[in-house]
Amino acid sequence: MIPNVKDDEVDAFYEKLKKQAESVGYHLNPDVKFTKELLRSILINEKRYGYGACPCRLASGEKTEDRDIICPCDYRDPDLDEYGTCYCGLYVSGEILKGKKLTSIPERRPSPEERASVEKSVEAPSVLKFPVWRCKVCGYLCARDKPPESCPICKVSKERFERFI
Amino acid sequence: MPMQHVDGENKGKLVLYALSTCGWCKKTRMLLEESGTEYEYIYVDLLEDDELKEIVEQIKKWNPSLSFPTLVVNDEIAIVGFKEDEIRRVIK
Ligand code: SF4
Repeated sequence: MIPNVKDDEVDAFYEKLKKQAESVGYHLNPDVKFTKELLRSILINEKRYGYGACPCRLASGEKTEDRDIICPCDYRDPDLDEYGTCYCGLYVSGEILKGKKLTSIPERRPSPEERASVEKSVEAPSVLKFPVWRCKVCGYLCARDKPPESCPICKVSKERFERFI
Repeated sequence: MPMQHVDGENKGKLVLYALSTCGWCKKTRMLLEESGTEYEYIYVDLLEDDELKEIVEQIKKWNPSLSFPTLVVNDEIAIVGFKEDEIRRVIK
């Protein structure tokens, strides 16, 4: 059954996320009712799956399979660039904020079959003193032994980083 | 959890595959309900095991990317995503 999420949990999550998103140049959908429903759904997913899977995608229940769709997903920024919104309509671009109509967009996440066939990229030989890590969500790069605990730009956790160089 | 039936005016066979958490699925349901249309829906995220597998295979026939909402009209076409104009044409 669907876990219960209280209104004040949703409100607190909304306030926190809005502040955080805006401080780094992202915007939540100004349709507050729609946005809060999505946030409630992310909290529901956190409770039932153990991770905040994207509310508009079918989660597998296996965190390692769904790392790319933990909100904010790996597809948010390319979708914001191309369509002015993320797949769910939780994050929107400045243009949408100014009143451009928001509607649902095509799915960018590869199908399960395509995801299974993506080969792990071969590590490039490096003469650098440090490896370079890339945040798969926002593209932030840093040169250090390990990725940071959380991305200083978009705040996702370190498991969302990939070795870039 | 089998298909849920919503009473209303018959405008053809409408089957909506949705997620209980998805905003565009909610908008699709609202549009159908505001127009008083008869339809069936199923929340795929609430299914388990064999039932889930069976429904997933059904959806993939219409929409291989397995995205939501998928609205199957008269067993003929599938409208993928909240495409308001296309849905309105079906239920007008
Ligand atoms: S950023 Fe948008 S599309 Fe991506 S997981 Fe979050 S709500 Fe879903």
